[in-house]
Amino acid sequence: MTLASTETAADVSTGFTKKQALYGVFGLAVLLVLAKLIGILPEFLNRIPEAYIPDYAATFDAGFNAWRDSITTVTRFFSERLEFHLKVTAHLLYGARVHFFNPIDWLTLMTVSSGAVLFLDNRKAALATMITIALSGIFFTFVVGVGGQFGGMSQHALMWVFLVTAAVLGGMMAWKDNTFSPLIVLGVVFVYALILNGYKLGPLPWTSIAATAAVIGYYLGGWRLGLLGGGTFVWTALIGQWKLAMETMSVLVVAAPAAFIIGILLGIAAWKFPKFDKVLRPILSILQTLPFFTYLLPAVIFFKVGPTAGAMATIVYAIPPMILMTTLGLKKVSPEIVEAGKMAGCSRWQMLSRVYLPAARTELLVGVNQVIMLCLAMVVLTAFIGMPGLGAKLLAMMNSFKLGRSFEIGVTIVLLAVMLDRLSKAWVVKQPEHFERGASLWKRHFYLFAAIIAFVGFLLISQVVEVADSIGRKQHFSKGKEIDGIIKGFLDIDIVQAVTGWIRWFLITQVLIPFRDAMLWVPTSAFILFVTSFSLWLGGRKPAVFAFIFFCFVASTGWWDRSVITLYTVISAVILALLIGLPIAIYAARSETWSKRILLFCDTAQTFPSFIYLLPAIMLFGINDVAVIFSILIFTLVPLVRYTVEGLRGVPPEMTEAADMAGASRRQKLLNVQLPLALPTMAVGFNQAIMFAFFMVIIAAFIGTQDLGQELQRTLAGTDLGKNFVLGMCVSLMALTFDLTILSWAEQRKKALGLSS
Amino acid sequence: MNKFTLAMATTAIITAPFAANAADSSDPIVIPIHNWSSQIVMSHAVGQIFESMGNNVEFVTTDSQAVYESVRLGDVALELEVWEGAFGASFRAALEKGGLHDVGDHNAVTREDWWYPMWTKDACPGLPSWEALNACADKFKTAETGDKGRYLDGPVDWLKHGKERVDALGMDFVVVNAGSAAALWAEIGAAEKDKRPVVVFNWTPNFAEAVWPGEFVEFPAWEEGCDKDPAVGPNPNALYDCGNPAKGYLKKAAWDGMKDKWPAAYSTLEKISFTNPQIAEMAKFVDIDEMEPEEAAAEWLEANKDVWMAWTK
Repeated sequence: MTLASTETAADVSTGFTKKQALYGVFGLAVLLVLAKLIGILPEFLNRIPEAYIPDYAATFDAGFNAWRDSITTVTRFFSERLEFHLKVTAHLLYGARVHFFNPIDWLTLMTVSSGAVLFLDNRKAALATMITIALSGIFFTFVVGVGGQFGGMSQHALMWVFLVTAAVLGGMMAWKDNTFSPLIVLGVVFVYALILNGYKLGPLPWTSIAATAAVIGYYLGGWRLGLLGGGTFVWTALIGQWKLAMETMSVLVVAAPAAFIIGILLGIAAWKFPKFDKVLRPILSILQTLPFFTYLLPAVIFFKVGPTAGAMATIVYAIPPMILMTTLGLKKVSPEIVEAGKMAGCSRWQMLSRVYLPAARTELLVGVNQVIMLCLAMVVLTAFIGMPGLGAKLLAMMNSFKLGRSFEIGVTIVLLAVMLDRLSKAWVVKQPEHFERGASLWKRHFYLFAAIIAFVGFLLISQVVEVADSIGRKQHFSKGKEIDGIIKGFLDIDIVQAVTGWIRWFLITQVLIPFRDAMLWVPTSAFILFVTSFSLWLGGRKPAVFAFIFFCFVASTGWWDRSVITLYTVISAVILALLIGLPIAIYAARSETWSKRILLFCDTAQTFPSFIYLLPAIMLFGINDVAVIFSILIFTLVPLVRYTVEGLRGVPPEMTEAADMAGASRRQKLLNVQLPLALPTMAVGFNQAIMFAFFMVIIAAFIGTQDLGQELQRTLAGTDLGKNFVLGMCVSLMALTFDLTILSWAEQRKKALGLSS
Repeated sequence: MNKFTLAMATTAIITAPFAANAADSSDPIVIPIHNWSSQIVMSHAVGQIFESMGNNVEFVTTDSQAVYESVRLGDVALELEVWEGAFGASFRAALEKGGLHDVGDHNAVTREDWWYPMWTKDACPGLPSWEALNACADKFKTAETGDKGRYLDGPVDWLKHGKERVDALGMDFVVVNAGSAAALWAEIGAAEKDKRPVVVFNWTPNFAEAVWPGEFVEFPAWEEGCDKDPAVGPNPNALYDCGNPAKGYLKKAAWDGMKDKWPAAYSTLEKISFTNPQIAEMAKFVDIDEMEPEEAAAEWLEANKDVWMAWTK
């Protein structure tokens, strides 16, 4: 079977066909290279002279300094609000002290809670919730203060009277109207109130949390997920990382909901107002490709050191996919459903909350899944700016060269990630259950009660049995030193050393250094034109224009050489990943079981914290480009393999059968039928691989590089916000060029093949 | 709520901050911790001393260069390990901007410079002299540095001047920056098996001394102004033509507001002074005995009551 060629119709508006434009741009680039070769290229076409480079960083800094105080006042205000909630979860999970309280925090709590109740239940319940929380807020602010004393009557007694009244009210609503949300929301407020009054609730015993996780897992996906949910926490406790994991979780449980709420609100706004959408999209694209170092420095400057800054960076990092999934989901809601809603006489709020959002449930939950995963990844990475927890411990362990302990922490992170991923994915698939009218409360909320019973049960047990409460240092089962020995032993095997030694020598001297020097030799002007023609050839006119503008900007920042080195590292890693990944994926796609195995492996590799790969890479290859590329390679292999397997397995069986009937050999079938049909899907994987490579190449500064990442790392030590931002934009724009080009190509192919939905 | 109680509550809230002035504030003293063991344990030890005095203490992990900005702004209250070589520049810059001040030196001295593990001496017997090192530069060559030797410097954000020194002294070395301390250890660890000669950036006090015995390279001795005045040092036309100070200071720094907010803790901080063996011992608890930093600090305090009790008076 042959496929239609990629050529598109002539572009009438400019009078050029795409082919002519392509030849023109490419030819010009070749001419420039030839000119340099014979030595007649004017210097300004080779490299932009220093004198003409605008100082973006200084301009940015000047602008920023003018507004600095007012900006920081605002951001610090927000960071304090965030810090309050972080403190509360930190108290619950690992026993930190809550030492301040601001009435505004109560206002946020009130708004969010009553909003949630309004969405989940009805106006009446929301109003009741709002009044209860408002009253309690006034009570705390004016009567008690934080931990203050109220003359005459004990504050505790008053608080209890008040809270019990609220609980009874909520309970009655639950009983009568079957509206559970006020009760749950009031429960949360209850917890806040207790903590603020100096009751020591945390740290919660590990058995309680593990048991609750097991019940939730069982509810969402049967005993397997139940085991995963409970098992993860049991492992964490036994290996002696409970407190670290809880430090990480305490940020996650605040950051993920915050990102979710902000994301869904912005997503709805973008769906309602197309103009807003137009403004938002490019910002989101840039946010998604900005290297994470660029999130960190502003976070420190604007949002204090420690967990607050980390949480803020995490939230910002996790919002974009939620926005995109919300808009996508809302747009997809079928007109029949909308029609039905209108016929039922829904108000605008009802249309949104009862028709659109439930209908977009799947996309929203996929968004939730992505938010959770990104948050977890970022919470670990923000260790660079002082986020405590697993990430910080990992960094400390790596800095004192403890491979075994680092590895164990890596396993914990993977388990947490896999657990959260599976549970949230199971939630996507699980449809809401509907019960017969008059089904008992117990029956309707069986799992809720089971979770509560498990939680409270272990809470009581842990009061008596100390091990159920927390596991001390001498009791845990960490095997750090032994694993250390195994890893070092493996790296010391002569064959391994000989092989890696040879690879290092071969790649460095024969491949990488010549390739890098060649890329650096190419004149800037020709380089930009080459990239442009690549975009034009693959993606079409629009991506090409963007490629041209973006690379011109990169050239004008004065960081050209470092940008080229970054690009060289990315390209080398992706090419190597292609060479290794494609054969594996093609082989694996032949059978169901191997596909599954490979995909499982991909999942694990993807969630393994990226900087753990760095140490073995250094020990194998030394501090040089090979180690850098090796560590990127592991990361980029994952999407390549995954999408290739999925693309090949997604080829319609009619097509392969047709090929079989036509008497095609296995090779012919693969090359002429399966691969062309899988190519658009593979391109998505290829694109992701490039994005991952751009992400990792910056982290690889940890090994030691000479690219933009190294400069970014340098800015982290100071307060060079302008430079940090300019460098981040360079990375982002280069990544975006590829992103636009490849996705545009995949889109066209899908249309040509009739695969697009 | 009647007017009387409201008035009482308001008065209580307004007067609360003033009442606190007499003793240390109940707000937590925020102590920064970084990513090397001795500093983490020392911070926990000092934190526990403060706690024993009735203060509340909180720890935040921060970048070791950016921390001076945080001390200046009062986001963290103090910094216990200001290394002359590594953080002198950031410290002085923050000092000029105002907001933090010097609270005196520890008894301990610090040194940071080119360093090699002992086995390197077998390949290059003339060490530790820098001229001898330069003479056997080819023993240190790698695939990526060609004929020249490779010197593995600290990460760029530590602001070392390895490259400048190589140029100033005309050495046959290429300076490669490791991306992190971990990268340095990985490189030494990888060289250990076949006793490959390496020369890397290192410092003391540090856990690495216990794992891999080694020595510092002896460069032309440090003279004041070597980093500012080209005339100082053997090469009259270049900066950085001498070694780092062999006896660098280890300082304590505090936020200006600390003295008023936590006077008792501040006076303790002024007296605190750790020695090299004490720091090494604390680091050993964590790095070799695999204790958690909090426990290591508690253990150290338990064993050295006579040392720190005096500071609290």
